[in-house]
Amino acid sequence: MGEFPKDLLGIKALNVSQLQTLLDEAARFKGLSEIPGKKGEELKGKTVINLFFEPSTRTRTSFEIAARRLSADLLTMTPQATSLAKGESLKDMMENLEAMRPDVIVVRHGASGIPGLLSKYTEAAVISAGDGSHEHPTQALLDLFTVQEILGADALEGLHLVIVGDLAYSRVARSNIYAFKKMGARVTCVGPATLLPPGLESFGVHVSTDLDRELPDADVVMLLRIQKERQEKMNFPSLAEYTRFFGLTKERFSRMKKEALIMHPGPINRGVEIDPDVADGLMGSGPKIVILDQVKNGIPVRMAVLSLWGCARRGGV
Amino acid sequence: MTALLIKNGRLVDPSERKDGIFDILCVDGKIERVAKGLSHSSVDQIIEAKGWVVAPGFVDLHTHLREPGFEYKEDIRSGTEAAAAGGFTSILCMANTHPVNDNAVITEYIVKKAKETGVVNVFPVGAVTRGLEGKSLADIGQMAKAGILAISDDGRCVMDSAVMRKGMQYARGFGLLVISHAEDECLSGQGSMNEGLVATELGLPGSPNAAEEIIVARDIALAELTKARLHIAHLSTRVSLELVRAAKKRGVHVTCEVTPHHLTITDEAVRGYNTFASVRPPLRSEEDVKALRRGLKEGVIDAIATDHAPHAIFEKEVEFIQAAHGLVGLETALPLCLKFVDDKTIRLADLVRLLSANPAKIAGLKGKGTLKPGSDADIVMFDPSEKVTITSEKFRSKARNTPFEGWHLKGRVTGTIVGGKVVYHEGDIIS
Repeated sequence: MGEFPKDLLGIKALNVSQLQTLLDEAARFKGLSEIPGKKGEELKGKTVINLFFEPSTRTRTSFEIAARRLSADLLTMTPQATSLAKGESLKDMMENLEAMRPDVIVVRHGASGIPGLLSKYTEAAVISAGDGSHEHPTQALLDLFTVQEILGADALEGLHLVIVGDLAYSRVARSNIYAFKKMGARVTCVGPATLLPPGLESFGVHVSTDLDRELPDADVVMLLRIQKERQEKMNFPSLAEYTRFFGLTKERFSRMKKEALIMHPGPINRGVEIDPDVADGLMGSGPKIVILDQVKNGIPVRMAVLSLWGCARRGGV
Repeated sequence: MTALLIKNGRLVDPSERKDGIFDILCVDGKIERVAKGLSHSSVDQIIEAKGWVVAPGFVDLHTHLREPGFEYKEDIRSGTEAAAAGGFTSILCMANTHPVNDNAVITEYIVKKAKETGVVNVFPVGAVTRGLEGKSLADIGQMAKAGILAISDDGRCVMDSAVMRKGMQYARGFGLLVISHAEDECLSGQGSMNEGLVATELGLPGSPNAAEEIIVARDIALAELTKARLHIAHLSTRVSLELVRAAKKRGVHVTCEVTPHHLTITDEAVRGYNTFASVRPPLRSEEDVKALRRGLKEGVIDAIATDHAPHAIFEKEVEFIQAAHGLVGLETALPLCLKFVDDKTIRLADLVRLLSANPAKIAGLKGKGTLKPGSDADIVMFDPSEKVTITSEKFRSKARNTPFEGWHLKGRVTGTIVGGKVVYHEGDIIS
């Protein structure tokens, strides 16, 4: 299996058996979390600091609940995003936090590379909760977990994942490409050519601009959130045009494999990436919308991450 | 009369087509004689240079001395000490100080301060536009009177082609060189790394080669239109090089420089969000690096310049996209460039031409870049085979931002002479 790295900065640095260990642990915690009132003691006496420089609902609360279910002492901070002038204080702030000897620091930041930068100033395990356009490792873990849970433990091998949308700026896409590829899946990336970054093929994925061609062959479709500022930066002419070519419309939904899964890291833009009726599961039979399963599974997956990294630091248990 | 004799060194002076063991006699700041076995008598100082290369002092067309305004990064004293330690006897310093060197008062200040505290010759570069804002012309004529040799908005690109055209025309009237920082800022955006696989993996905005090439092509066209003397700063892509090659063939007055870092490392150096590798233009792909090395060999590249860009550490210990751009280069240039002699890309005489004779000629510095009798006694001496380890703590520069920390290289500057005076010798500044 090899030793886990000091921090969880991305999926890229993990090997298959480490990923499987995390998924197995998550399964164990999922069982535990379904017993009412039951708490684990894995992080008793450990301090977890949630450091969210970027607004987040799902990920932040998910990490908070996960930490509490493991009996950690938890502190959540939401400092204003740093700027050049405040760059020094980012370091200073970390050194101050370090003086209080936390065991785990969970970091969400709008700039790529910040969790790794902060790691230089602390002995605590740094867990990335998403950095810029780099990686969002726990999202990829919970996506793997969700697919395994629904389609079976062996389903990832040979599975065809189609990721749709903003591949250029999406950290979710990068982490999921690494994660699904490592677990033996085949990955296709589809989006407007302006949002397909150079070198994407070198990740070992099939790159396409034609969703209609790729969709019928997908076992899992992962829709990425379209941010309005991408349109303003002229990556595509209008949201309506985006939807016409890359939205999961009713018509496209009907041409998918019946047993396929539809995922979205949230928050969804109704009527942009996905038709509202499709999102709400009003289409009757056909592919399964698992967006809320993803959210639910965030908790056991983050429990697995926190317990694994939380116990390893400061002399361990 | 003050006389200095350098004995038994290997003189490499491409301007005189000399490469061999010669003695050099300097009298009152000028080269008096170059010959074998010169007499010791009535000489004030003798330097035994056996085993060393003796060459015309290096001329750096591209440094940032940060004074006035950013003395916490570097000042004229520390920057010129770094120059002396790197074998540079004359340096051109860019205008992006605070206030900007866009008027004669600032130029005069830099010239005066350099005379008082500088260790090597300093020649200011004036701004093309007021405040580097790209809108209206700086006081180019008055700055020329005060001592600038060139104009450049380096650090920024003059994005308005009409403004650049006027700047070139006007500069031509004063015989000034125009140095272009070629970067289409609309296209480069936030990118301080190369667009490509590494940027995609790291999730960082990338700047494409085209951002540079578009402006190189534009400025060549403007140089043809205005007949100005154009010099492309820190050229970094294969296509830029081809544009320059073709323009030279057509007879356009264009020259170009490359930096040691663009010749040595690629965008792979950014991995780990290494802000010491954040620089504009960005470190490019392996293909571009190879093309630049070929350009050295084929003589398309006219000069090697450092783009010495000192920054304080706290300006680098931040988010990659917020980090100050640039790296220090004066004290690492020679050992980095000697690798190209070692691997036979170029000969030692070619390297001296790229570091001394050519940049002196491009800047219009008469009596520099050569050790012809009658020229200024600006001399560098170095041991080309001594092993060195790049250690930023030992830099004379105030700054430590180098991506080459810990590199094992060959080549150490053993002495630097400016105007017949030894200013740097075996690790010590003498002044």
